Amino acid sequence: MQTLIFRTATPFLTCLMLMFSVFVLLRGHNEPGGGFTGGLIAASAFAIHGIAFGVPVVRRALYFHPMAIAGFGLFASAVAGLPSLLFGMPFLTGLWSAPSFFGISVDLSTVMVFDIGVYLVVVGSFTSIALALEDREHD
Amino acid sequence: MAVQGEVVDKTAAMIAGPVAAADWLVIAPVLLPIVAGAVLLMIRHNIRWHALLALVVHAAMVGTNGLLLQRVLAEGPVSMTMGSWLPPFGISFTADALGAAFSLTASVVALVCCAYSVRDIDAAGRRYGFYPFLMLMMAGVSGAFLTGDMFNLYVWFEVFLISSFGLLILGSEKAQIDGATKYAILNLVGTTLFLIATGYLYGTFGTLNMADLATKAGQIGEAAPLMTLATLYLLAFSMKAAAFPLNFWLPASYHTPPVITGALFGGLLTKVGIYALLRSLVMIFAAERLVLAGVIGWVAVATMLIGALGALAQSDIRRIAGFLVISGVGIMLAGIALGSNGGLSGAIFYALHSMLALSALYLLGGLMRQRGGSFSLHSLSGLYGASPFLAALAFIISLAVAGLPPGSGLWPKVMLVRAALDVGAWQIAAAILLSGFLATIALGRVFILAFWRERAGDKATTAGVMSVSGCCALVVLVLAMLAMGVLPETFIRLSTTAASGLLDASAYVHAVFPVGSGS
Repeated sequence: MQTLIFRTATPFLTCLMLMFSVFVLLRGHNEPGGGFTGGLIAASAFAIHGIAFGVPVVRRALYFHPMAIAGFGLFASAVAGLPSLLFGMPFLTGLWSAPSFFGISVDLSTVMVFDIGVYLVVVGSFTSIALALEDREHD
Repeated sequence: MAVQGEVVDKTAAMIAGPVAAADWLVIAPVLLPIVAGAVLLMIRHNIRWHALLALVVHAAMVGTNGLLLQRVLAEGPVSMTMGSWLPPFGISFTADALGAAFSLTASVVALVCCAYSVRDIDAAGRRYGFYPFLMLMMAGVSGAFLTGDMFNLYVWFEVFLISSFGLLILGSEKAQIDGATKYAILNLVGTTLFLIATGYLYGTFGTLNMADLATKAGQIGEAAPLMTLATLYLLAFSMKAAAFPLNFWLPASYHTPPVITGALFGGLLTKVGIYALLRSLVMIFAAERLVLAGVIGWVAVATMLIGALGALAQSDIRRIAGFLVISGVGIMLAGIALGSNGGLSGAIFYALHSMLALSALYLLGGLMRQRGGSFSLHSLSGLYGASPFLAALAFIISLAVAGLPPGSGLWPKVMLVRAALDVGAWQIAAAILLSGFLATIALGRVFILAFWRERAGDKATTAGVMSVSGCCALVVLVLAMLAMGVLPETFIRLSTTAASGLLDASAYVHAVFPVGSGS
């Protein structure tokens, strides 16, 4: 799309939406949000970028094919359930650890890995659909 | 993120003790294909590794399913609830003899089809994603057979349906898109009904755990609209199983994709519908099934006859196979309509046989196409002279599908007919025999036209070479079918165990709720 306002605003919008999507992803454990919502926000960021600058730019910026990103997300989510095998717990049991970095305790968990996996699945599949639809417009 | 200082007593909601690593067998057949599918998605363009990885993972699935079935037969149903939650709160995976046997047979069929596909799926198909779709579809099918939660069953239905859409349009020919549209719309309507029924179920019972439901359905009495729920499930799953009058999507779509996809769909997907019917109507809504038995019985009779008559009217081998799938669905429905131990074990045995036999029939069609250059009975001829080996395989497969000795279809039909005559259901017994007779004629027609007929004149140039992997795959299936037909005792015992596990769900419930108190 060739309007000046849109093309100028889009990089900022994309940045903001991507950062916000990560925020939504990470706060999702106890509050509204999570991998699915965050992933949708990130996918719409890529979609907007594609509308402004064309699909090839987004594909180059992503580096990996969106479907490969989705595949990695699925892989991460499935594998996130495996560590509980070592502790004699059922599949997908959440395991927590709270290492402290410079005096600040950070909660890390397999649940988070699962959620990041969901995020990537949603980002990958929805970006893939959006880019395919945008590609079609220029044929 | 546990808040500091706040102590929550988790013992009422979480499993406290350790879980044996062997319990992981319940989810291994689902987890393996998911992880493999994800890896294949990541290396989608590196197609050299696809077939090899898919074969290895399918073999591993057969292995874990075999171990699971062995364990279930030795120790009774096995259950594991995800995330350490206690059963009604967490999602349970529960394998009893029925689920484990179906899952094992499905993985064997998938392994064989995967071996066949090595030569059949070209580079374009691989790049498009045949193997990732195949792995994810198998994850859905195994998940449906092994889950112990009604909503989770719906999720696995969606998983294999969406993967099957991908497989169905692989190649993007016009006929495929046309078939896929009918397939997609009808199946989406079916799963939407399934979802509505499941929402209603949750509103009524406050639980979705199948073991919990099986306990509570008997106690809740007249207060709940159980009849509505049972009918909705019957409608939704019959649609998936392609029972009359909701069968028309199947012959409209199953002949369009590559033959390997038809083999997987015809062999496995309708059986998931039958499995879901067994699980919901027999185990959970037993009293309601009794009321619906008359309807199911007539639907079964109509499905059997429509399927067999349709097969008679077709000239494309894949379409004939599609109608025979429908006819088989009618036979399994007859077992559900009868509802006795004999009827149900007949239906379960028939389902196991049918997974092997119908896949074999599609693969046979593929090999006949490779050898004779066509799927159509109008142009196929003289295959007996061209390849006596293929003719022998075709002969055995025809016997098995039609239910004649020494094929595997005989014994389940004998069990079903006997169970029908025991309760005086003459129409069901007659329909089983008549549909078998019609299927014999339909397949005999294939054999006479494609194999015995003299090769027409000078058109002998189309003869191709059959792929070695395809022949090996078919031989494995035929040997399995012969084993079922010649040594049926093992399978009869297995299906009787599975049927008793459905009729008396106490062992299943006990596996999920070890205390035996319910929730």
